[in-house]
Amino acid sequence: MDVKEEEVLLSIRSLQKTYKTGDGVRDINLDIRKGELITLLGPSGCGKTTVLRTIGGFLNPDAGEVKIENQSILHLPPEKRPTAMVFQSYNLWPHMTVYDNLAFGLKLRKTGKQQIREKVEQVLKLVRLPGTEKKYPSQLSGGQQQRVAVARALLLEPKVLLLDEPFSALDAKLRMEMREELREIQAAGNLTMVFVTHDQEEALSISDRIVVMNSGRIEQVASPQDIYDQPSSLFVAQFIGRMNFLNGQASKDGIQVQSLRFGNDKGLAGEVTVAVRPEDMVMQDPSAAGMSGTVRQVMVLGHYAEVSVETPAGMTKVFLPREEARALLTGAEVHLGISRATAYSKTS
Amino acid sequence: MGWYARSLGKRKIFEFIVLLVFVFFFLGPLLNLVLLAFSGKWQYPAMLPQIWSLEWWSFVLTKEEVLSSISLSFGIAAIVTVASILICIPAAYAFARIRFPLSRWFLFSFLLTNAFPKMGLYVSIAVLFYQVGLMNTLLGIVLIHIVNTLMFMTWIPAAAFKSVHQAQEESARDVGAGPFRVFWHITLPMALPGILVASIFTFLSSLDEAQGTFMVGIPDFKTMPLVMYSIVEDYPSTAGAVFSIIMTLPTIILLMGARRFVNADVMSSGFQMK
Ligand SMILES: Nc1ncnc2c1ncn2[C@@H]1O[C@H](COP(=O)(O)OP(=O)(O)O)[C@@H](O)[C@H]1O
Ligand SMILES: [Mg+2]
Repeated sequence: MDVKEEEVLLSIRSLQKTYKTGDGVRDINLDIRKGELITLLGPSGCGKTTVLRTIGGFLNPDAGEVKIENQSILHLPPEKRPTAMVFQSYNLWPHMTVYDNLAFGLKLRKTGKQQIREKVEQVLKLVRLPGTEKKYPSQLSGGQQQRVAVARALLLEPKVLLLDEPFSALDAKLRMEMREELREIQAAGNLTMVFVTHDQEEALSISDRIVVMNSGRIEQVASPQDIYDQPSSLFVAQFIGRMNFLNGQASKDGIQVQSLRFGNDKGLAGEVTVAVRPEDMVMQDPSAAGMSGTVRQVMVLGHYAEVSVETPAGMTKVFLPREEARALLTGAEVHLGISRATAYSKTS
Repeated sequence: MGWYARSLGKRKIFEFIVLLVFVFFFLGPLLNLVLLAFSGKWQYPAMLPQIWSLEWWSFVLTKEEVLSSISLSFGIAAIVTVASILICIPAAYAFARIRFPLSRWFLFSFLLTNAFPKMGLYVSIAVLFYQVGLMNTLLGIVLIHIVNTLMFMTWIPAAAFKSVHQAQEESARDVGAGPFRVFWHITLPMALPGILVASIFTFLSSLDEAQGTFMVGIPDFKTMPLVMYSIVEDYPSTAGAVFSIIMTLPTIILLMGARRFVNADVMSSGFQMK
C-alpha cells in the first residue's frame, strides 16, 4: 500500500541498526501520513523499540534516513526533534507534582505562566484527570500516571507522537479503555502517532495501518482488515488471530486440500501450507466437496462455540454460532468446507 | 495449644532480656556520661551524684583551646564535605551511568582504604606529605579526611543515581531539556536523599577523625578529638564527660535531621556491587 508523496509526514528509508550482539533492525522502509495512527506490531525482541527510539533520537542508526516533512531529523538530539515519546513506564518525575511534570517542557520553551496554567488545565481535562495538578505521581494509579505521560507528550504539540507499549503494564480492562481514549484523542486532533505493541488485538483495534515486524524486518504493512484477511506471509498468518494450518498440494490447476480445490494465484508448486481462519471453516452436507472429520471437543465461548475437528489434514478449529454447535457431540462425524483460504509455500 | 502459649511466653521473656541487655550496654554508658557531666561530687557506691554542678561545663566552655578546636573541627568538616561532594558526585554519576572496563574494580578499590589498618596507611601518607610539604597544613588534613570518605561518598550516591531510571532522564530530553538541564532538574533532585545521607556521614566522620589528623596536623591543628585526648589525660573524668557530650551533640542532631532520608533502601542499595 503506497502513500502519495505529498501526504507523507514521516518517512523512513532503508533504516538499519545493528547492536554489538548482532541483533537489530534492517531494511526498514515506511511512509506515514499526517493524522495517521500506525502500529508497529511484532513479538518481543523483533525490533519495534529500536525503530521507535531511532525516530525519537535516542538511538543513532547505522544507515538509512528518517525525515519529517521532508527534512532529515537524524542530526538532531531528542530535545530538538519535533517528536514526543511515551515510554512503557517510569515516564514521570516523582519529585515533581503533576503540574510541574506537565509544565516542565513548556517552561523550557519560555511559555508564559498564565498560558502554561491554561494549557495544563486543558490537557488534564482531555485525558480525564482534571484537578490533579497538585498531586505527586506516587499518589496516582498506574493508569492515571500513563494518562499524565500522554498529556505531557500532547502538550508539546509534536508533529509525531511515539508510544512504546504505553499500556502494557496496565490490566486488561483499563488497557482497553485507555486505547479507546487514545484513539479518540488522536482522531479529534488529527494527530500522527506511531504506536508500538506486541498485542495483536490492540493493534487490530486502534490502527489505521499495522506494520508487522519479525526478527528486525518488516513483514507486512497494511490496514487491520487486510492484515487479517490477507496475511502476506506465513509468519503474519501465524501471528495475527487464530488460524488453522492444513497440508495441501499445489499444482497448475490449483491447490488441493483433501477433496477441496482453490485457485493458485501465487503460482505455488508442491507441498504447501493452507491457512484458514476458524470462522472460514463451514459445516457442509456430506455430498459436497470437503473433508470429513471427527468432533473431538466443543467449547462454548459466549456467543460462539469453538469446535475441534480431527481431519486427515490435521486438527482443525471451527468457530460456529452457539446454536449450531449445540447439536454437535464429541465423536460425531462431520463434513467441513472452506469459504476462504490462503496458501503459503512450505519453504518460505 | 498450651505448648504454643508457653513457647510464645518463653520467646517474649527472651526478647525482653535481650532488650534489657541492649539498654544496659548501650544506654547505660550514655546515661552514666550525662550524669557524670552534671555532677559536682559523685562517690561510689551512690546511685546518683551527691552534688549536682555545672562547674565543669563552664570550665570546658571557657577554655580557649576547646572553643577554637570546635570551630576548627566544624570548619574542616565543612570543607571536607564540600570537597568530597565536588570530587565524588561526578565519579558516582559516572559509575552509575557509564559502563567502562574495570568500573567495578575502581569502585571496589575504595574499599581498600578502609581495609588496611588505618595507622599504616596514615604513616605512608604522612611520608608522602612530608616530601611535598603538606605536613601541618589544612590541605593535608582535608586530604587525609577525604581518603576516609571516598568510599561511601561514591557508593551511596552512585546507588542513588542508578535508581533514577533511564526513561526518566530520556523523557526529560524528550520534552526539550539538554543533558545538563536533565541532570540538574531531574537526576540530581531524584538522587538527593542518597547524596544528603552520604554528605552527613562525611561531615560526621570528619568531625570524628583523630588518627590521621594527629599524624598530619600536629602541632598546629588541634581538632576536637585531639583536644579530647588531652582533656581526658589532664583533667578529671567529669571534664571528659562534658566534652564527649559536646562532641556527640552534632552527631545526634544531624542524624535526627537525616532520619527522613535515611531508610534501609538508601543504605543497603549503597552497598551493592552492580
Ligand atoms: N542496547 C542493546 N544492546 C544490545 N542488544 C539490544 C539492545 N537493545 C535491544 N537489543 C536487542 O535488539 C533486538 C530488538 O530489541 P527491541 O527493539 O527492544 O525489540 P522490541 O521492542 O520489539 O521488543 C532484541 O533482540 C534485543 O535483545
Ligand atoms: Mg520494546
